[in-house]
Amino acid sequence: MFLSTIVLGFINSIILALVALGFNLTFGISGVANFAYGGLYVFAGLTAWIFINIVKLPYIVSILLSIAATSLFGALIYRFILQRVRGIELSEVIATFGIGLAVLELFRYLGFYGFEYTLPVMFEGSINLFVVTVSIQRVMIVIIGIALAGGIWFFTHHTKIGLAFRGIAQDEYTALTLGIDSDFIATLSVAFGSTIAAISAVAIFPLGTISIEQGYVVLINALAVSIVGGLGSTGGLIIAAFIIGYLQTFTSAYIDTQWVMFVPPLIILAVLALKPSGLFGKQKELEERV
Amino acid sequence: MAKRKERIDRGIKVRSDDIFALSSWREMLYLSSPRVLPIVIILFLAIFLSPYWQRVLLSVAVFGILSLSWDMLNQTGMISLGQSLFFGIGAYFAGTMNHYFGWHPFLTIPFAMIAGGLFCTVILMPLVRLRGIYFSMTTLILPIFFERLIEAARIFGGTEGLTGLQSLPYSWLELYLPLLFLLIVLFGFRRFMASDYGLVLKGIHDNDQSVKSSGININIYKAFVLFMASAVGCFAGAFITHVYLFVGMPVFALDYSILPIASSVVGGVGTFAGPVLGAFILVPLSEILRQFGGLRIVFYGMFLVIFIVALPDGIFPYIQRKYQQFERWVEVK
Amino acid sequence: MHNSPLLRVNNITKRFGGITAVNEITFEIKKGELLGVIGPNGSGKTTLANLITGFVKPTSGTITFHGKDIHSLPPHKRVLLGIARTFQMVKPFYQLAAYKNLIIPLCSQRVKDMEGGKYGERDDIALDLLEEVGFERDSRVAYKPASILPQGYLKRLELAKAIALFPDLIILDELFSGLSLAEVASIIPIIEKLRVQGKAIIMIEHRLKELFRIADRIIVLNFGEKIAEGNADEVMESKAVKNAYLGAETE
Repeated sequence: MFLSTIVLGFINSIILALVALGFNLTFGISGVANFAYGGLYVFAGLTAWIFINIVKLPYIVSILLSIAATSLFGALIYRFILQRVRGIELSEVIATFGIGLAVLELFRYLGFYGFEYTLPVMFEGSINLFVVTVSIQRVMIVIIGIALAGGIWFFTHHTKIGLAFRGIAQDEYTALTLGIDSDFIATLSVAFGSTIAAISAVAIFPLGTISIEQGYVVLINALAVSIVGGLGSTGGLIIAAFIIGYLQTFTSAYIDTQWVMFVPPLIILAVLALKPSGLFGKQKELEERV
Repeated sequence: MAKRKERIDRGIKVRSDDIFALSSWREMLYLSSPRVLPIVIILFLAIFLSPYWQRVLLSVAVFGILSLSWDMLNQTGMISLGQSLFFGIGAYFAGTMNHYFGWHPFLTIPFAMIAGGLFCTVILMPLVRLRGIYFSMTTLILPIFFERLIEAARIFGGTEGLTGLQSLPYSWLELYLPLLFLLIVLFGFRRFMASDYGLVLKGIHDNDQSVKSSGININIYKAFVLFMASAVGCFAGAFITHVYLFVGMPVFALDYSILPIASSVVGGVGTFAGPVLGAFILVPLSEILRQFGGLRIVFYGMFLVIFIVALPDGIFPYIQRKYQQFERWVEVK
Repeated sequence: MHNSPLLRVNNITKRFGGITAVNEITFEIKKGELLGVIGPNGSGKTTLANLITGFVKPTSGTITFHGKDIHSLPPHKRVLLGIARTFQMVKPFYQLAAYKNLIIPLCSQRVKDMEGGKYGERDDIALDLLEEVGFERDSRVAYKPASILPQGYLKRLELAKAIALFPDLIILDELFSGLSLAEVASIIPIIEKLRVQGKAIIMIEHRLKELFRIADRIIVLNFGEKIAEGNADEVMESKAVKNAYLGAETE
């Protein structure tokens, strides 16, 4: 029981980290808190479903198209909406919140929910990990999660655009004087955040059905992990994901499944009361001055 | 020939800014009509509307109150994405006091305002030290958290809710109480923001460091704003509990969060009159759109985006400008 | 009593990560004294101001003001004790009219506890204060929103906001930067008047010529360390100062 909880907790933590990664990447680079994140996540899942079941494309083509469409959607959101209200926190929050809401509720209105809306797994079957049997899909999620986190680290530290990302994140005005187009970079940051939302959607949705509620749940989980870890801190994000993930898994194993969803808000409240900038908020000095 | 639009204050506006306002009926009328006219219109509507639309007017008042609470929070940079938190907390405070202890509505409503206001202030207090984005994120999460808490813990009636609550002693109060409260809060908030303390709040929104170096504890000011806004939001919830004679999980629904934001954005953020105007537009509109069901929320979402991008000032500042200034095209030399 | 220092900064150190911005600085200032703080860019002058006013918490060391240790108090509490400051980058409330900018300091508990802080008189006090720093009473400039004021007026407004707190110690962070010679010349009498009133003044400055004329004492910072202290002539003669400013050994 205990060992299997450790393994399942690990997988759960990676799922949380994967989901939060995109939100955090966008925020860390361009300072845009993308409240449409949940909407993009469900958008990716449902476009993949449409490509597979209605357009009848092969699985791999469908998910690639869905990931591309979601990234484009994210880029368009920035280019046509956020760019016009850039720097006005109120407008950014409300615009992204409005988009996310409109996307999710539109899908709900169109009737995209129910048992038939499921995505196929990448590989069938399951394997035995130490003491517990785990489906290959979950193993794939862990691999994708680790690969993405590593990929983002490599990207931001060793490629030209990645370095420009970090430049913008650290000081937008200085970056501008160095010839970095901040709007272009911010468009990419929202697009990449959406890409990660889409990748996590096609990886995670096969575990259950595609539901509109998942959009809200994913947004809330992403927010929770980001708040606990400290906005913009990737290391903090991963540690926060593990704290929340393990607490959730242990709650589910030893107390009751219905209490699982209380873990994130309770940890948020605890963290906010004790260390408001999050466990590893790297912009601590800035953030605590409002 | 290039032209530009010139805006000039109307003569009557300039005159009534000064002491001369007391010397002429026209100027006094000019000054008083924006304040008196809405009251007259609201009273007129309350008396002459059909019972169905009176019900809608009641909703308008409730959402107007929630919008005012939202706009007050926004004055110090706290962008709430969860007005249903205040609404729901107020509703449950009033509902439980009435259900378990049999308190009279005249007791539960003020109690819900004060206790609910304090409760929300205490939970959200750690956030006031952080950037506004943390406030948005947490207020988005909390209503869902409380909703599920009530469901999972099966407290306060669980999924069933508490039914059979006591109604207000007079049925006319169901319409006039929220309208009166709406007007009091509207004019009270506007007066407050025009006072020196309101100036301090504007200063905090503008530049918090400068306020700190002026020897002012900004956290106390923000806590006060938080309490005022929470208490006002709690009133709306507590009141509606005694109208529906029921309190349950729907009080944390998304509608109570999104409509106040949409009203404020459509009406004009930061003006208080704008959010009320927005509620007067959007709530009846949402009645008309009732047949579309869930599509309403899609419309609200679109409204938010369109107004924020294309008309960020909202409607009220536009009306205000027309009232106070005239425009003309002049040639650019 | 008159001889005991108003402010005493004792071995104060501030590190940001691996960088030591201020290293073991000690100095004191008496009432009615004007202390100049100079040093090349990045020598820790503004950090020192932030340490004294509480915007930055020290890594080690103490700050005593009126004989009371204040090094862990938040900024607003230090203001209540009587420390006011201006910011190098002016921080007015841009939405508000110039005189309304002063209402905010006038709302602080420190002013309320003094005479004349009653409600309703604040507008008058604000207009008087603005006149004191050179907003002409006859012109409408005091009623204009801060967002359209030119730099010279914004600096004066910044000074007025500090004076409005009726402080015992004023820290002026590069008040003269960005001002013309004539503007500086018109502000100097205001500062001298404050000194005559018995206020202690710390001026962080790059405009050495003007500073040397009015300062009683000067301390020189370089790489976060105090490298010289004394009157204008002594400081100018100091070898360490020449090295710091000219960046070369001058034998």
